[in-house]
Amino acid sequence: MGKTFVEKVFSRKLGREVNVGEIITIEPDFVMSHDNTAAISGKFNKMGAERVKYPERLVIVLDHVVPAAQEKYALNHLIIREFVKKHGIKHFYDVNSEGGICHQVLSEKGYALPGYIILGADSHTTTYGAFGAFSAGIGRSEVAAIWATGEIWLKVPESFKIIINGKLPEGVTAKDVILHIIGNIGADGATYKSVEFTGKVVKNMSQSSRMVLANMAAEMGAKNGYIAPDEKTFEWIGDRAKGEYEPLYPDEDAEYEKVLEFDVSQLEPQIAAPHTVDNVYPAKEYEGKRIHQALIGTCTNGRLEDLEMAAKVLKGRKVHKDVRLLVLPASWEVYKKAMKKGVIETLIDAGAIILNSGCGPCLGAHEGVLARGEVAISTSNRNFKGRMGSKEAEIFLASPLTVAASAIEGKITDPRKYL
Amino acid sequence: MEKIIKSRVIKYGDGVNTDVIFPGRYTYAIMEPDEMAKHAMEDIDPEFQNKVKERKIIVAGRNFGMGSSREQAVTSLVYAGIKAVIAKSFARIYFRNAINNGLLVIEQKEAADFIEDNDEVEIDTEKNEIRVRGKTFTFPPLPEEVLKIVEAGGLINYVKEKIKREA
Repeated sequence: MGKTFVEKVFSRKLGREVNVGEIITIEPDFVMSHDNTAAISGKFNKMGAERVKYPERLVIVLDHVVPAAQEKYALNHLIIREFVKKHGIKHFYDVNSEGGICHQVLSEKGYALPGYIILGADSHTTTYGAFGAFSAGIGRSEVAAIWATGEIWLKVPESFKIIINGKLPEGVTAKDVILHIIGNIGADGATYKSVEFTGKVVKNMSQSSRMVLANMAAEMGAKNGYIAPDEKTFEWIGDRAKGEYEPLYPDEDAEYEKVLEFDVSQLEPQIAAPHTVDNVYPAKEYEGKRIHQALIGTCTNGRLEDLEMAAKVLKGRKVHKDVRLLVLPASWEVYKKAMKKGVIETLIDAGAIILNSGCGPCLGAHEGVLARGEVAISTSNRNFKGRMGSKEAEIFLASPLTVAASAIEGKITDPRKYL
Repeated sequence: MEKIIKSRVIKYGDGVNTDVIFPGRYTYAIMEPDEMAKHAMEDIDPEFQNKVKERKIIVAGRNFGMGSSREQAVTSLVYAGIKAVIAKSFARIYFRNAINNGLLVIEQKEAADFIEDNDEVEIDTEKNEIRVRGKTFTFPPLPEEVLKIVEAGGLINYVKEKIKREA
């Protein structure tokens, strides 16, 4: 019997065959943390650890509340900078134009590599699966334990194979595909599983679109997402790679707990309605619902192609006078590219405001939170109650096209009439 | 871990997520345990602070703790006095965080269905039993490797002991 990706990646790391369900102790290649690094360092100190075992394996990115919105956040960042200095952490991305949102930074700076094992203190660490890495979110104590000992326990999960067939219609994007799948299998539909995305549609997707799928694997409960790396992936990585890598591919006869097939040729733009990500409908079913804020960006949909999609809809048009359109590029590299291509100018001309790269309003920390009774449409990955500010606000999730079209009309809008 | 945990329960439905257990707006600043406890469940249950004075067990539906990896979604409940959560299922990272912070998490579908809000429930951690209104439900023991962390009182203590042993 053949092996799935996750069985292979752990087997190679340990130098022996692993079995599904087995608990293994493993040394990740990289371990990521962000603004939670200060809290993690507190746990690390409580463990009585004096030194970080492998400082070169730590990657720390400040992104959640940058620049610091209040003194308490400034203090948090200060503690992190002291930790970085004390332990000689080289892979540190401070509040400057080298950085951005952690998942984008780890991808752009060449940490997210095929066959690597990356753990991070953030649930959307699954994103690096788009590069054929094994990557999963863990808790803060666990990151502290890895700093101290270099290792952590993991259970070898069962795998799902999700085959995406057909051809994406005009106006339908990776975001619509993943919302459709999550709506279908549920927010706990793949809890604990390693989810391999495959099929013609995935093969034809850009690397950035594949990152949307892997990012949102977390929203179906998955431990990790995986997409087979190919020429597009290798080209994207180019000379960014922080180390040598050897891709891993599942065997054709690997054993899956479930194989799910979706044909997306007839798919329409999708929307996740409040307050769960699996509450998914065709966007047109909510047409006419008034909105107050629109957010384009985040680690889910803040790459150049996403901003270009928004610009395509917004070019020569105006954001509705009662709507605030916020644009949140996933990194400063994205921001610069979008500037050079005139995308930023198009968005500003339409009435958008451009935020500095970071997590910002996605988690309701700063830079555009919602008041009670307000409705937002966002390209981010979560619409939980209270996520973006008031618990009496509503959040809809959609593609950059749908969010841009809705921003123009001031109400939820199927974007296809603008294409 | 206590051998017997006995308390009336607070019951919730499916999909209780990390944002309603501990909102993101409090997540990225250093906060004392008492302060964290005060914000636990504030976006889902304004009465939680009153309820938790007497009731130390939460019972919930599917996918308890879905969402963020934030560990405060576990520790805020621990600091508020919650001893155990019985649910139909748990989100993956939440389950790990609970174990690593000494919060007993029990996946038991039938019990989670049967138990009603305010029921008096007894959890026997040696016999792996839940006893409520004359009925007994059993749950599987944790894997040995994981149990070691629980027995050490959480991951911090577990690693602490390990570092001491190796020094």
